[in-house]
Amino acid sequence: MPYLPMPPPLPYVESEGFWEGCKRRELVIQRCKDCGAYHHPPIPVCPACQSWNWEWAKVSGRGRVEGFTIVTRAVFPGMPVPYNVVRVELEEQERLLILGNLIDCQPNEISVDMRVRVTFEDVSPEITMYYFEKTV
Amino acid sequence: MDTIKDKTAIVGIGWTKFGSVKRPLLESQYTLACQAIKAAIDDAGLTLKDIDGIMRFSFDSNDPVRLADSLGLNLRFFGKSMYGGGGGCACVAQAAAAVHAGLANYVVAFRALSQSQDVAFGHFAGRFAERRGIPGPMGWTIPFGLMSPAQGAAITASRHFYLYGTTSQHLGNIAVAERKHANQNPNAFFYDRPMTMEDYMNSPMIAAPLRLFDCCQESDGACAVIVTSAERAKNLKQRPVYIMAAAQSGIWYPNSVNLLDKIPDIVEDETWRLAQALYRMAGTTPKDVDVAEIYDHFTIHVLCALESLGFCKRGEGGPFTEGRRLEWPDGELPLNTSGGHLSEAYIHGLNLIVDGVRQLRGTAPAQVKDAEIVLCSSGNAVPTSGIILRR
Amino acid sequence: MATITDKYAIVGIGHTDYSLNSGRSELHLALEAIMAAIEDAGLGFKDIDGIVGDHPIRVDAMTIGSALGLRDFGFFIETDFAGGGVSSGLLHAIAGIEAGRATNVVCYKSLNGSSKLTLPGLAFAAEPHELGFTRPFGLLAPVVYAALAARRHMHQYGTTGRQFGAIAVACRKHANRNPSAIMYGESMTIEDHQNSKMIADPLRLFDCYVEADGAAACVVTSAERAKDLRQRPVCIMAASQSCVPCLSRWTKDPTLNENETSYLARQLFTMAGLVPSDVDVLQIYDDFTPVVLMAIEDLGFCSKGEGGPFVEGGRLEWPDGKLPINTSGGNLSEGCIDGFNHIIEAVKQLRGTSTAQVKDAEIILVCGATGVATSGLILRR
Repeated sequence: MPYLPMPPPLPYVESEGFWEGCKRRELVIQRCKDCGAYHHPPIPVCPACQSWNWEWAKVSGRGRVEGFTIVTRAVFPGMPVPYNVVRVELEEQERLLILGNLIDCQPNEISVDMRVRVTFEDVSPEITMYYFEKTV
Repeated sequence: MDTIKDKTAIVGIGWTKFGSVKRPLLESQYTLACQAIKAAIDDAGLTLKDIDGIMRFSFDSNDPVRLADSLGLNLRFFGKSMYGGGGGCACVAQAAAAVHAGLANYVVAFRALSQSQDVAFGHFAGRFAERRGIPGPMGWTIPFGLMSPAQGAAITASRHFYLYGTTSQHLGNIAVAERKHANQNPNAFFYDRPMTMEDYMNSPMIAAPLRLFDCCQESDGACAVIVTSAERAKNLKQRPVYIMAAAQSGIWYPNSVNLLDKIPDIVEDETWRLAQALYRMAGTTPKDVDVAEIYDHFTIHVLCALESLGFCKRGEGGPFTEGRRLEWPDGELPLNTSGGHLSEAYIHGLNLIVDGVRQLRGTAPAQVKDAEIVLCSSGNAVPTSGIILRR
Repeated sequence: MATITDKYAIVGIGHTDYSLNSGRSELHLALEAIMAAIEDAGLGFKDIDGIVGDHPIRVDAMTIGSALGLRDFGFFIETDFAGGGVSSGLLHAIAGIEAGRATNVVCYKSLNGSSKLTLPGLAFAAEPHELGFTRPFGLLAPVVYAALAARRHMHQYGTTGRQFGAIAVACRKHANRNPSAIMYGESMTIEDHQNSKMIADPLRLFDCYVEADGAAACVVTSAERAKDLRQRPVCIMAASQSCVPCLSRWTKDPTLNENETSYLARQLFTMAGLVPSDVDVLQIYDDFTPVVLMAIEDLGFCSKGEGGPFVEGGRLEWPDGKLPINTSGGNLSEGCIDGFNHIIEAVKQLRGTSTAQVKDAEIILVCGATGVATSGLILRR
């Protein structure tokens, strides 16, 4: 079950590998083979060194909440509120940010800098979504 | 380096009445654009035949073909600036560049919006709810419920509160100041509705920590300005308002999920870099600015911009809003003196530029005594732009 | 003459292969072309401080800038009207450099026009209301608009389908010399053209452009800086846009003497201090042959109505024609990169590196898509 009643993402050329990773229940992030820098979301060229050689690298899935909001007003009718949106900084690299939802927290349990880890949820035959849950 | 400093001027301004999604105007975005542009031409004492350039923003569907048709224009310079609300001052900047280069004589920069008839920015994501899947880069945000600019701004606010102890009252100071200014402006949407801090704190939460009154309106209306050379400006109807500086700035936030992200602890963010370019070109400092027209899609972004533009240090934006510092008539830095996007109307930055010009002509509804220099900024948290104007 | 005449130059060009299926995203193609153009100029990526293009979703200035490692830059403008706008990118670049806002500006175009591998854009504003007057009547595609105008021109001036065909034959001949062209290996005679199937009468298959996947880019800088760079600079004598009233395509009257193309020509020739007979090679937007013919008239190469006879007798053909056009094959036979391929080919001609090199080519006019708001350039060696 998805956390929110929204359609899942449609993979596009550069993001296909990411969603294939999610199906394997692995969080994979674009990493440059030449300089080792991570980048998300993926683009064809490494922004740090302009190399075209990159790979999908499995990351630990652990990180900290860097910023968040609790949405209390629905953007369209039928959207259940409140829900949270979190920006997570993954531990592999400073400022390696990914957006997601904390699926096991009440609004008052969420704070900036709390530790989280990735979790996965099948939402359709094609897509497994990644989310986050609190951790120590 | 040769720049456009003082070589061009804004010589005409025009605007329509303002409506909103709740009290819509009946006119289409197209009609509103023509009205505002015509008003600016009349204000300048020009004719339609004089206009030979147009700059618009990317979401505006009034392309030059339509406008040339309705207004009978022959154009030789036209283009768009991008990134939504970051593009308003960029239109003026490129208009000035065209004039300076001899590529056009009189260039219009404008914005027309009908959020009641078209899609309001806070609601466009609702269109995706019935789709099979979310395409492209929006797939990184919409499925997770990040669907509106307010929600993105709220994430920024959470971080600013965490890092610097900023509070909702600090944000409320901004909203209250702008409402006070709107109460002086008969064309402002909230002209006849005052707001206290208590009213602000009691307004419903939209995306914590942002409340309803932290957010700009969803407006119908249009504003336009006309740019020409300082030389030609001398012979026109109005006192010229000279463009001291005009610049754009875009930085790629490292590993930014999307353009709605603002990372407030980056000291040299896009608005900081914009400010460096503007002050260098103008030869001024923040202390020289008499009135600030700072893009206020959300109060938190104004607060961040006050820091980035050098009016106070990074992290001190909260305390800077205290003590009525931002309020006309006596505040040290009157802010958005027509009521801004929060309380006048959300014309994507163009109403802020129009008010800045009025301040320097001496015709603003909340006129700041002896206003000599005005800084206008476009949206931050997106690739942005700004201008510095003087009498 | 305008202030900018001869002050700016194209110093680097780059493009991808042109194909019917690139197998890559438009962003990937754009980066290939842009990086190639920067390297061609002998510049480093970090020397770029401005980016101008039509910025489709995710192929925008910030994404490109980030990929190039530009942490910040101060000049980015969006052009419009697809094929009408590609030359305007260089005009806007010039305005920005002249204003001191940038020094080396990239202009680019990227599209998967054949495979359609593209990301949908955001739509905030209402659909143009004019479509309500055209779509219900089957005016669904540009080819139909062009067909209407073509039929009127034939009626008014006696222009024939064979004369339209002469344009197609010239472009194909040039493509047959250009290994990058999609139609490189396929020759075409006028009989082949006349036998090709009708698409929208009087337009046949070979009157219409070839959809393509690909990207192209160039780097613009001041003539001063250009002297120190790797390639022989190609000087921009003139650049302008044009948008005049009554430009809605379905009302385009090919018998009018004044229109957006004649207005463009006046701006360009005045800026450059030239006349049409000074032009050695014409790179002219060629989505449909009748549109090319009409534009040749409107640009002033011949009188209104005389385009038919003008294009006959090999006049448009390399090596001996008096006005060779689209010497890499154009949109009709190289592949439609929305006319950015015309800018690239103009530069190659003036550098002396074209696959259909016109002897002593000195002055080239680049004309964008007509029937829409348009733009163009006059370039010289």
